[in-house]
Amino acid sequence: MPYIANTKEDQQAMFETIGCADFSEMWNKSQVTVAAPSLENIPEGMSEFEVMSKMKQLAANNATELHTFLGAGYYDHIIPAAVGEITGRSEFYTAYTPYQPEASQGTLQAIYEYQSMICRLTGMPVSNASLYDGGTALFEAMMLAIRSTRRRQVVVSEAVSPIFREMLHAYSSNLNIELIQVPTGVDDSSQKELLDAISDRTACVIVQYPNFFGTIEAWEEFNEKVHAKKALSVCSTYPISLALLTPPGELGFDIVTAEGQSLGNSLNFGGPYLGIMAVTTKLMRKMPGRVCGRTVDSEDKDGFVLTLQTREQHIRRESAMSNICSNESLCALTALVYMSCIGKQGLIEVAELCASKAAYARELLLAIDGVEAVGGEAFFNEFVIQLPCDAAEAVGKLIDKGFAAGFPLGRYYPDRKNQLLVAVTEKRTKEEIKSLATALEAVL
Amino acid sequence: MKLIFERSKKGRRGSSLPKMDVPAKNAIPAKFKRKEAANLPEVSEQDAVRHYTLLSRKNMGVDTNFYPLGSCTMKYNPKVNERVASLPGFTELHPLLPQLRRGGALTQGALEVIYETQRLLCELLGFADCTMQPLAGAHGELTGVMLMAAYHKSRKDHARKVLLIPDAAHGTNPASAMVGGFSTQTVASDAQGNVDIEDLKSHLGPETAGFMLTCPNTLGLFDPNIEKICKLVHDTGGLNYCDGANQNAVMGRVAPGNIGFDVMHVNIHKSFSTPHGGGGPGAGPVLVGDCLVPFLPVSRVEKRDDGTYTLRYHCKDSIGYIAPFYGNFGIILRAYAYILTLGREGLIRVGENAVLSANYMRVKLAPYFDQKVDRHCMHECVLSASPQAKKGVHALDIAKALIDRGFHPPTMYFPLIVPEALMIEPTETESKETLDEFIEALIEIVKLVDTDPESIIACPLTTPIKRLDETLAARKPNLASI
Repeated sequence: MPYIANTKEDQQAMFETIGCADFSEMWNKSQVTVAAPSLENIPEGMSEFEVMSKMKQLAANNATELHTFLGAGYYDHIIPAAVGEITGRSEFYTAYTPYQPEASQGTLQAIYEYQSMICRLTGMPVSNASLYDGGTALFEAMMLAIRSTRRRQVVVSEAVSPIFREMLHAYSSNLNIELIQVPTGVDDSSQKELLDAISDRTACVIVQYPNFFGTIEAWEEFNEKVHAKKALSVCSTYPISLALLTPPGELGFDIVTAEGQSLGNSLNFGGPYLGIMAVTTKLMRKMPGRVCGRTVDSEDKDGFVLTLQTREQHIRRESAMSNICSNESLCALTALVYMSCIGKQGLIEVAELCASKAAYARELLLAIDGVEAVGGEAFFNEFVIQLPCDAAEAVGKLIDKGFAAGFPLGRYYPDRKNQLLVAVTEKRTKEEIKSLATALEAVL
Repeated sequence: MKLIFERSKKGRRGSSLPKMDVPAKNAIPAKFKRKEAANLPEVSEQDAVRHYTLLSRKNMGVDTNFYPLGSCTMKYNPKVNERVASLPGFTELHPLLPQLRRGGALTQGALEVIYETQRLLCELLGFADCTMQPLAGAHGELTGVMLMAAYHKSRKDHARKVLLIPDAAHGTNPASAMVGGFSTQTVASDAQGNVDIEDLKSHLGPETAGFMLTCPNTLGLFDPNIEKICKLVHDTGGLNYCDGANQNAVMGRVAPGNIGFDVMHVNIHKSFSTPHGGGGPGAGPVLVGDCLVPFLPVSRVEKRDDGTYTLRYHCKDSIGYIAPFYGNFGIILRAYAYILTLGREGLIRVGENAVLSANYMRVKLAPYFDQKVDRHCMHECVLSASPQAKKGVHALDIAKALIDRGFHPPTMYFPLIVPEALMIEPTETESKETLDEFIEALIEIVKLVDTDPESIIACPLTTPIKRLDETLAARKPNLASI
């Protein structure tokens, strides 16, 4: 039997040691006497070759040859080959959470370096070791703000990813949290309305930077006003954009979260992804999740260890800061190796390629008869256009032509039925962008 | 070892990118631009690869060492599963594609993987339906807790705000209960390591939302009263939650859904062989009986009459979206390949051999340690190093001595109800020879406790670093090099 080491002979010797004749007696002595399941609908096992063939067939039933302009928080970026080679090292991927620091310095130093990179990218002083994804990270940020302010009202901009807002809504439903969602402007977060929604019960305001429509907004003064009302300011961000944009830490945010998929992680049909969280020093001891610290050993040599564990569930149980245990360590390692290989200048170039190609794409698309601008004063690599027809329908027609043309906004914003959110990454060539414009024009 | 930042040199590159083929102008006004570049390292690809390769060698993993970490099921991670998960037809698939019009047809293979994995887990574990969305075990717990809340709410049974949790439970159970909006009460274990039924009865009442029970329990024991316990909880209107962290023990032998559990999570990265990644990603699918099906999270993968697969977003009683998409798909793929490889017979052999190996360990090691209860165990045996502690050598010291002998230590100091606990889980993938080597090493260490305790307390001596100053780490946190 694959993956089971013991031979019949081994089993016999072990049965003798434990004083059982066979498995049946072993179950009885272990007091497992409940009826066994029939398992009749579970097939017979397959060989490695057969499994691989079946899985290749299934993989072939998915389309990956599309020209993709679909983003909405999850992006098709270049991943250097070295990233997969490192994360494919089984010393990393077959290890558990580094509870035994002497046997886990590889994972621990990598976490410390990851935390350092996230701090450098976001301009925040403290990062944790990772959370599940961008959405759950935002939920954890909300809970952190609630713990820290002892207030239970949360103001969220509708220019925050609707995927994340659905999750905030689901998690809040049993927690006596008042979730106030503030409608957007044309392509902005309606800052004035957000500020007006803050009361003396507001724990935090949650915004996205750049927002879900791709728009970059100024947040410095806004955050000062939020703080004047004794609320915390939370932003969800897009790590690649921070190569060019003022880091959120310099804009006065208290908690910064992100979906870290874009940092070297494949799209993977929805996961595993990477929840990034970085906070101010003041919030450090209330932050959820694992965190690695640098210390010294008994011979004064530098080393790394999981620390501030009194925040966590295995120590604090029902009073813990979060229930999180396993997080997304290997995805954090992926992000780390990605940032190391792409490097300081490389990340800027990736971001500049994205931004320039997006600007070029927008220009071409807006030149099509009937296609109109929706805001678009300042954006990174994603923007909204207005079509003369239902965007979902146009996208359906373009799929047949080999394009994932973008994300139709009507699904989450009923009054934006004709609007399409288009993302452009460094992988898209000028030719692909031009052919998208040609194809779109043809289906309108 | 140096940090990657300390290997950085201005102007060095580790990647090549396509040329700018459009006009180099963008729509980012100067006022929004960062003044200083993010201070990422500047290293060559080789520098980076060597740095991280060297780091990897400072780790123990299942592929390098026996890793009998109790409660974590560190079994072998089959390599074909890694290959499967890296097929471009899966890795390059955008999760929003099936949500676009005509996009569903382009993701049929991926949707089938999810649907079929759910079906197989339901068969194996005895439940009516399943969601693959939870992204880890604790996330599965939270999802299960939310399902229980939705159930009671739908019945307008608003008083049920308390979840009962055994004293031996994983810390995630009470923490998940709190995050799900419940308060918790602790149920005692009896002298045999089972649920103390009288204590359970004293806690059951009109405010009981449910009982969260790890099965087999965290002492590595199967509670023979399990069906009676489930019935007691049902009779008072509560639901039974099975923490399936230990499902490997009863793989193919016990289907929790058939013995009274209403909801369960399984840790894919434990029982179903996906690697733990140094702390995730895992996956924690949740299975439910009929009474909880209406509340499962959206979106749901469904099979149409014509054999094709589709996503359903609107289920009126659903708890909503607990993950952005369909779960940790890359992990689900590995689990699916594992189940296909083992098949019905293989899955049964897993549980049998996991339990056989643990009992073998127990019998061989019991003479040297205390045991909370002296009975046949399941997939792991919990020993107490109390006899050694009385001589000044603690479970922690024994763990470090094992590292020097080439073994990853067992789980220490858990469950909390066992003093100086060492929780050993060998798994079915380790050979008798490996178990014997570990047993010999542990016996040698125990003997040294009497003859040369200092040599144990001094461990580890062979690792890249010695014991760390954890107090300093917590008092003066240095969490980043900025």
